[in-house]
Amino acid sequence: MAMEGIFTGIAASMRELLAGAPPWLENLSMGFLYLVGVLAFIFLNALYLIYLERKISAYMQQRIGPNRLGPHGLLQSVADAVKLLGKEDIIPRGADKWVFLIAPILIFIPATMLYAVIPFGKGMIAADLNIGVFYFLAVASTTTIAILMGGWSSNNKYTLLGSMRSVAQMVSYEIPLTFSVLGVVMLAGSLQTSQIVMAQEKVWYVLLQPVAFIIFFIAATAEVNRAPFDLVEGEQELIAGPYTEYTGMRFALFYSSEYANLVSVSALAVTLFLGGWHGPWLPSWLWFVIKLYIMIFIFMWVRWTFPRIRIDHLLSFNWKVLLPLSLANILVTGVGIKIYQLLTLGRW
Amino acid sequence: MLQQYGIIAIFLIGGALTAIAALLVNWIIRPKLPPVGSKLNTYECGLETQGPTWIQFKVSYFLYALVFLLFDVETVFLYPWAVRFQVLGLFAFIEMIIFISILVIGLWYAWKEGALKWQ
Repeated sequence: MAMEGIFTGIAASMRELLAGAPPWLENLSMGFLYLVGVLAFIFLNALYLIYLERKISAYMQQRIGPNRLGPHGLLQSVADAVKLLGKEDIIPRGADKWVFLIAPILIFIPATMLYAVIPFGKGMIAADLNIGVFYFLAVASTTTIAILMGGWSSNNKYTLLGSMRSVAQMVSYEIPLTFSVLGVVMLAGSLQTSQIVMAQEKVWYVLLQPVAFIIFFIAATAEVNRAPFDLVEGEQELIAGPYTEYTGMRFALFYSSEYANLVSVSALAVTLFLGGWHGPWLPSWLWFVIKLYIMIFIFMWVRWTFPRIRIDHLLSFNWKVLLPLSLANILVTGVGIKIYQLLTLGRW
Repeated sequence: MLQQYGIIAIFLIGGALTAIAALLVNWIIRPKLPPVGSKLNTYECGLETQGPTWIQFKVSYFLYALVFLLFDVETVFLYPWAVRFQVLGLFAFIEMIIFISILVIGLWYAWKEGALKWQ
């Protein structure tokens, strides 16, 4: 199993290289190494998920999709990225300049920070916080602030409406998202992502928490603003939502952090429900990546299958269906655990 | 423990620096002539923008936001309880059932009073 240790080996040799250095320097450079790895992962994913999304949507609609640049159009996203790099920088006349400029930077920060607690493989986690899941949910919700900043500062009615919708969506879907995770936390008895993965060695939590998984999936779709919950940037009504006035690299930052959020939410779903990096024969990180892309594919499949739903339906579905369901799930999980404890341990 | 938060800090600063670096590359490569004329107009499907944008308008989800606040605070109590759930015993479970049912009654009341209706 030489494949298993590729990434942990790099980290170990880096630590060896820094053996004589003071501990703060060692930690600093290790953190830097993790950061570089995560950033490479984010950018590669953003580039190729856009390509993948276009291809998948094309095949689902019986089209061909991008096929001109490179074999099967593989270089299309690279060309798009290069094009965006060279684009003019337009700040609309009426915009609130500083807020407008800061928003794309602010949206990229949580997108990066989310990856710190994702266990990519055995021992492959940047910061194994003991409040990992809680940290993830807390940081993920701050994305909305950047979207609101961008939408408000553009001084454009469409962007303002889009960002207000994004707040409405966050305010609603945050609750079932956090509640659906609670069932997993109760089973694992820990918020640490690595511990939760370890607890799933025998059985994946998707089997013990099927309802929670479905709630998590629906709420996560709303959280990353994807169809059928993409009211934030519904193209037919709001042009591009909060991103309408953004050009060039600023737009690219918004766009790539959107895909980065998609990947991190899928990664959290894999970590919490699909057994993380557990799996036979193949190296652990490869298992993680395989499960991750299956999750992402399902997200895309849903996006290109369901029509967008109306905002009042969206909110009432959340408050009248998902929230009671997730509360009931906590209750049922609690009763289940207590009965299991009584049967196996003989105490409550 | 503190080291791990150091890594979080590195991710925070690193994320910001990466975004700034990307914008810097954009700044180096892009055309240097500042955009003029109608390029700077607000884009609203090609029409002139009508009236100011930053006005007071009704946020229809105001009541949702209030209910959200309630349940968001509840999660703060629920998470520590969930972590220690298996150790705490039956008493804590019943306590939490009472706590949640009080909130459910609140939700039912808000529902009954029409707070969960988009107006």
